[in-house]
Amino acid sequence: MAEEKEALFSKKNKALLTDPLDDNNPISVQVLGICSALAITVQLKPALVMSLAVLFVIIASNVIVSLIRNLIPSRIRIIVQLLIVASLVILVDQILKAYAYDVSKELSVFVGLIITNCIVMGRLEAFALANGPWKSFLDGVGNGAGYAFILVLVAFFRELLGSGKLIGFEVLGHKAKTLAESTGVYSFGYENNGFMLLSPMALITVGIIIWIQRARNRKLIEN
Amino acid sequence: MDLINIFIKSIFIDNMVFAYFLGMCSYLAVSKTVKTAVGLGAAVIFVLVVTVPVNFLLDTYLLKAGALSWSGISDAENIDLSFLSFIMFIAVIASMVQLVEMIVERFAPALYGALGIFLPLIAVNCAILGGSLFMQQKDFSNVGESAVYGLGSGIGWFLAILAIAAIREKIAYSNIPAPLKGLGITFIITGLMAIGFMSFSGIKL
Repeated sequence: MAEEKEALFSKKNKALLTDPLDDNNPISVQVLGICSALAITVQLKPALVMSLAVLFVIIASNVIVSLIRNLIPSRIRIIVQLLIVASLVILVDQILKAYAYDVSKELSVFVGLIITNCIVMGRLEAFALANGPWKSFLDGVGNGAGYAFILVLVAFFRELLGSGKLIGFEVLGHKAKTLAESTGVYSFGYENNGFMLLSPMALITVGIIIWIQRARNRKLIEN
Repeated sequence: MDLINIFIKSIFIDNMVFAYFLGMCSYLAVSKTVKTAVGLGAAVIFVLVVTVPVNFLLDTYLLKAGALSWSGISDAENIDLSFLSFIMFIAVIASMVQLVEMIVERFAPALYGALGIFLPLIAVNCAILGGSLFMQQKDFSNVGESAVYGLGSGIGWFLAILAIAAIREKIAYSNIPAPLKGLGITFIITGLMAIGFMSFSGIKL
């Protein structure tokens, strides 16, 4: 078995971890998991919680499926995978409801939608079904982190420009009713761009992120 | 009147793609030509109309808090199975898609030829599960309302993918900055379309 002789962090395994961050990012290159990525990026906090939830689900489902990959009949594999993912998501949902009720209310149906998050199913189909548990674990971590990276980036800009806050803190100063009472950049007459909080701007922000990424990394350009 | 209200609202105001970003993965992947977009859109309408009412019945008579009271089990009023709803909904959707696929193949081979490859894709389309989860939140009063909601959401999704596919077919000929080609410009166009759809918000019937 060549697989077992390989070092835990050989070059190939490291690539599994780092590729999804840029060259093979699940959102901006593979176009997976967009559904949930956009709706919950108005503020940084729910985006962080969502990233952690997805990270957990991807890693756990990748490892589980890769452990039992030889036992699953290929005809019903989609249903088996869906059931594994759905059970993990129920777990996440119940934990969120118990320990972070506000955030769980804010995420509403989008926690449930992790089940059909294409990243999870995509990685199971493309990777976990054909590779061992350790590699699948690394792949899960890499793709989860790639997803989290874009999510946090979008949420950062939307919350900063839209409401002048980060995770609820007023980093740009406090906006009062008059100019004289305001602090920070607001004392110069700065206004928040409320448009960033609306859903269309999430799409446009992601579009611009893709633009910048492809301008830097020209081999990703489509013809 | 209520039914018309739900119908219009689910198509335009609560549009699956532009307001909630549901089904974006297949929306982006299958919108390169109008023909395939129509096939997938029709399949989504079909599956939503079937699964949302079925999941509504499941939710009302099995999963909700106290839903089991018809069964006569002692203490049934206090049973709350709603934590099972994710797994039940996705199981219903996956099996419904399978069932629909077999029925269509048997009785309407022409339709099967047209929808064929898209049907299996739909089980993992977020718009389908999203439809059921929103249905659960909206507390519809009867099956009819949930069916109309499913139909409206499906048509809304269909309109969105049809529009973007038509735009993408044309935009292939325009001169766009290279890094923005393909995915990037599609995102930005979708954003602009979403701004357009925002003008429907606030309409009350």
